[in-house]
Amino acid sequence: MKEELQQKNNDKTFFGFWVYLMTDLLMFAALFATYAVLRNNTFGAPSGKELFSLPYVLIETLILLTSSFTVGIGTIYARAKDVVKTSIFFGATFILGVVFLWMEVAEFAHLFAEGNTPQRSAFLSSYFTLVGTHGLHITSGLLWMVLIFIFILKRGMSDSSIRKLTLLGIFWHFLDIVWIFIFTIVYLLGAI
Amino acid sequence: MENFIFGKLTWEALPHLWFTIAGTVSMTIMGIGAVAALTYYKKWKWLWKEWLTSCDPKKIGIMYIIFASLMLFRGALDAFMIWAQQSISVGASHGYLSADHFQQIFTAHGDIMVFFVTMGFLFGLINFIVPLQIGARDLAFPFLNTLGFWLYVAGAILINMFFVVGGDFAAAGWLSIAPLSELQFNPGIGVDYWIWSLQISGLGTLLGGINFVVTILKLRAPGMSLMKMPLFVWTSLCSMVLVITIFPILTVTIALLNLDRLFGMHFFTSGFGGNPMMYTNLIWTWGHPEVYVLILPAFGVYSEIVSNFSHKRLFSYTSNVMAAIAITLMSLLVWLHHFFTMGAGADVNSFFGIMTMFIAVPTGVQIFNWATTMFRGKITFDSPLYWFLGFVSTFTFGGMAGVLLSVPPADFQLHNSLFLVAHFHTMIIGGALFGIFAGLTYWFPKVTGFKLDEKLGKYSFWLWLIGFFVSFTPLYILGFMGATRRLDHYSASTGWQPLFITAFIGICIIGVGTAVQVYQIIVSIKNRKKNHDTTGDPWNGRTLEWATASPPPFYNFAVIPNVKDSDAFWDMKKSLAKDASMSDMDMITNPEKVSQLLAEKRKNQKYEEITLPKNTPMGIYLSLFVFVVGFAMVWHIFWLAVICLVGAIACFIIRAFDDETEYELSAEEVKKLEEK
Repeated sequence: MKEELQQKNNDKTFFGFWVYLMTDLLMFAALFATYAVLRNNTFGAPSGKELFSLPYVLIETLILLTSSFTVGIGTIYARAKDVVKTSIFFGATFILGVVFLWMEVAEFAHLFAEGNTPQRSAFLSSYFTLVGTHGLHITSGLLWMVLIFIFILKRGMSDSSIRKLTLLGIFWHFLDIVWIFIFTIVYLLGAI
Repeated sequence: MENFIFGKLTWEALPHLWFTIAGTVSMTIMGIGAVAALTYYKKWKWLWKEWLTSCDPKKIGIMYIIFASLMLFRGALDAFMIWAQQSISVGASHGYLSADHFQQIFTAHGDIMVFFVTMGFLFGLINFIVPLQIGARDLAFPFLNTLGFWLYVAGAILINMFFVVGGDFAAAGWLSIAPLSELQFNPGIGVDYWIWSLQISGLGTLLGGINFVVTILKLRAPGMSLMKMPLFVWTSLCSMVLVITIFPILTVTIALLNLDRLFGMHFFTSGFGGNPMMYTNLIWTWGHPEVYVLILPAFGVYSEIVSNFSHKRLFSYTSNVMAAIAITLMSLLVWLHHFFTMGAGADVNSFFGIMTMFIAVPTGVQIFNWATTMFRGKITFDSPLYWFLGFVSTFTFGGMAGVLLSVPPADFQLHNSLFLVAHFHTMIIGGALFGIFAGLTYWFPKVTGFKLDEKLGKYSFWLWLIGFFVSFTPLYILGFMGATRRLDHYSASTGWQPLFITAFIGICIIGVGTAVQVYQIIVSIKNRKKNHDTTGDPWNGRTLEWATASPPPFYNFAVIPNVKDSDAFWDMKKSLAKDASMSDMDMITNPEKVSQLLAEKRKNQKYEEITLPKNTPMGIYLSLFVFVVGFAMVWHIFWLAVICLVGAIACFIIRAFDDETEYELSAEEVKKLEEK
């Protein structure tokens, strides 16, 4: 009876989380659509081609992809209830996430320093908003990771902890997929 | 320094106009009255423990409905003021409202009615009825439900805060179309109130949408496959799928507008490459499906009512479901018909015009199905069925006006005219609101344990129906005569005044109808002994909500029923009646006998333990923080916004990491409660 209930709880939580992710994806879809409409409206300000450095973004992308890999391995160890290995791989994910975020902030700071602020043109408004929203998601993912590990320190590897780690893993992969679209649509298409 | 502490909030911003002072005074009096009454009757603890912190969808549903009713009066007052102005502001007279105040009123009317009245009523009905109809004890995520409700309340209060703190209501139309809503043309804080209010309540709606989709798909009683769900559950599911599809778009659109206003970005401005038409596109991508969010659950209510009061299975269940799904999908492909005049070109306009005509087909399918259900049924004319019949005639009328509007060349003539206003109100009042009234009358005994007074219900129906046509028929004619919407003044030579006065008389009739409804509730409470529902099945119902007591126990069902048919409860009654050798006709003419058989059967049930969610005040705390964030952002008090945002996130974290959110009711306790 108890296990059945637990199973049912897990079932609806995971399904609910997927539904939430789809709504989040639609939010990004609306942002992408806005970007697609406004990307050529530079109003005399520099365009993406002049602003983006592809090698830099490629490194960012590789870092995020690697973090997705580590989070996947971490989830597998979490299911095996191996606390040490779970911590190592989630820790690696956390560090990669911080590096990614730092690179993004550095890129934004660089653009700001040269006067290319979001206020300068519609293209820059939509660029900062789209990429910045992704960055905010990464930030909340990192915060969530810290909280889960505090929770694990207190309660150990309970079923609830495993569930939380798995959900976080799904969230992280989702952000990875969104980033691939950003990489393609914003940076690659912007550079040609 | 003062700027840092108070942002844009100054003494001048406090109420000083007659209507804001009147608003402040009336709100203060009502507030003091409520506090005094609660203190005098010592009901604070009861209110907090039994209602405000409850996770029970039935109680949340009732709170939604009470709150939406209050907002209905607020929105109706706006409608009254609009037409009062329009019927006297002609020629030399400029009426009693300034142009700016008039703009605020029609904006408020639209926002309040759509976001806080219709949505509130629908979420109320869905909360109460859907879990009962699918044989569930609660929603999938009880906490998100109370949170969603309190966010909705926070949004509604925020948009009315200008009465108390000052500033003004947005004056840019109910959708704040850009670039009019940009800082350049609307430097006040009205639009900011609008932005934050809708952002907060929209978040609540989105959470509700996710919750109901998961609940309906995952928590159905054993045996209830998708194609055995009652129609109201089906249409609620469709409506909630639309909610989760479109509300993210609304969130983004409003957020972008906010970025424009707050940080001077250029999404929808008229300079720096901004694209105002992008706003129109985005907001209607949300806005058109939104009207189907409102209408679909109402369709479900009608399906339940027609089948119940015809004492017949719904004609062609499958095609009804297919029609609801088709409407859901097609509603996402018609948004551009709101702005054929944008100049997207003949091809684009034709596509959206044809799609719009096309969406009338599944709606027609449903109407024919309802008519066929009634055909050769054994019909009892109770008041819910009156609302249904009123709906069919009104809605068909308005629907044809809609098909006319879907023809782009005709639309170029009628765009922004009162014809459009009349069409829209025919659909929302005649469709959604009548559906809500039908549903409230139909399920009232389930909620309270006694029926509403039938005679007064029918009076109010006739007043509403006649009042509606007296109000809105002149608007169709005025539209053809060239009257545009949102006019605060017109020339006497147009000859429009008699028609505007007729419309004003219409709303007075509707007002009397509403008064009768209030009186009906008072009389029904007084005479509740007479209309008592002892069996839980006052209408000889067919679906699961009637299989439990009225009002239902907090755990809904002592024993979760097994479902074998789309009319699950009727099916159960039928198998009992068959054993007692009763025919179908006997079941209709002698429902008391069937109730007796059911009661006997219930005596021998075996109970099991039940797991239920604990009450939690976290939804209130979180919404309070979010409310203050919204308020602080409107007035640019950034330090307060940051503190409260941290508070809100902290509340969410505390709740998310709490594993002890449920409690158990043992089988003996259930038995004791059931035998009482």
